[in-house]
Amino acid sequence: MVRKFLKNLFSKLKLNPFAKKSQIKLGLYGPPNGGKSTLANRICQDWLGEDMSTVSHIAHETREINIKEKVVIKNKKGKELTFSLVDTPGIATKIDYEDFLNKGMKKAEAKKRAKEATKGVIDAIKWLDDMDSVVVVLDATQDPYSQVNITIIGNLQARNIPVLVAANKTDLKKANLEAIKAAFPQYKIVGISAKYGKNVDEFYEQVFKLV
Amino acid sequence: MVTFQFIPYQDIEKLSSAKRVNKLINIVKENKIVLMEGRLKKQEEADLIEITMEEITPNFKGIELSVIYPDKNRQTPMQKIKDGFADVLLGDRQGMTIIGPASIVKKIEKNPDKIELFTKETKIMPRYRGKKKKNKL
Repeated sequence: MVRKFLKNLFSKLKLNPFAKKSQIKLGLYGPPNGGKSTLANRICQDWLGEDMSTVSHIAHETREINIKEKVVIKNKKGKELTFSLVDTPGIATKIDYEDFLNKGMKKAEAKKRAKEATKGVIDAIKWLDDMDSVVVVLDATQDPYSQVNITIIGNLQARNIPVLVAANKTDLKKANLEAIKAAFPQYKIVGISAKYGKNVDEFYEQVFKLV
Repeated sequence: MVTFQFIPYQDIEKLSSAKRVNKLINIVKENKIVLMEGRLKKQEEADLIEITMEEITPNFKGIELSVIYPDKNRQTPMQKIKDGFADVLLGDRQGMTIIGPASIVKKIEKNPDKIELFTKETKIMPRYRGKKKKNKL
């Protein structure tokens, strides 16, 4: 009875000392619209044949933590790796519902989206401690020196969580992989296009090394 | 008009993490741009974002944040040693943190050598000019 009570308590607190450590949690973190959900879909399509998250050109489409259990990937040598893929909402320091109005949303819908997005950011930060490894997904066309990027990577480093940086959207002319390499020289950077599957084989190889 | 408030490191040095973050947020919510000597700890930066999200309302839309800090990758080994000692002696006093309300600061662009703070354009309404009365002769 006491055990049951403690189990319930710990499950509410997202802790379970009675359970064995389940699968490795691989988190996708980054600023909004970097392509985290597109990458999550790419991984799930490549290995499970299904999508995981909805994607949109409007920022903060992912406003809740999405988890896909038992994703099994294989490398060139035929070695398997199983992990839980965690797609997180984009981390931002500001959320203005008027930005969504400018994208054609109605006021009530825009306000709701903004409110959900703020909660999503809080959840994403809270979940940092639960990750075993993280892929930081950055938009290679954007300035890599944004403080959000630095804060995310700094927090992962402080928690000793292994990091791989995926410089996404390399299919676009404006993409500047070298700028990302210069900004984060201490990390392995892999340039990809999650949308078109460019260089994803190299990405999977790096995931094996990361985990 | 934009107001900057300078916070010397000694003002926050002895505060707990929660009090530090709240002090900064409260100043920013007064529509001031904070120039803080030194920097927050990594966890405090994450807390700052988290608390900012909790505080967001239609009037407070969040913050722009930037930390200027010597680029350790560009330092010589001697400079790294000196900085290491400075870190031990002075804590996180090195560098500078800039935090502004998102309603005023559009973006802070940071290249390794310079920092640019773009403010939102304030709309200057043209003064109302009533119709000129034609003087009848």
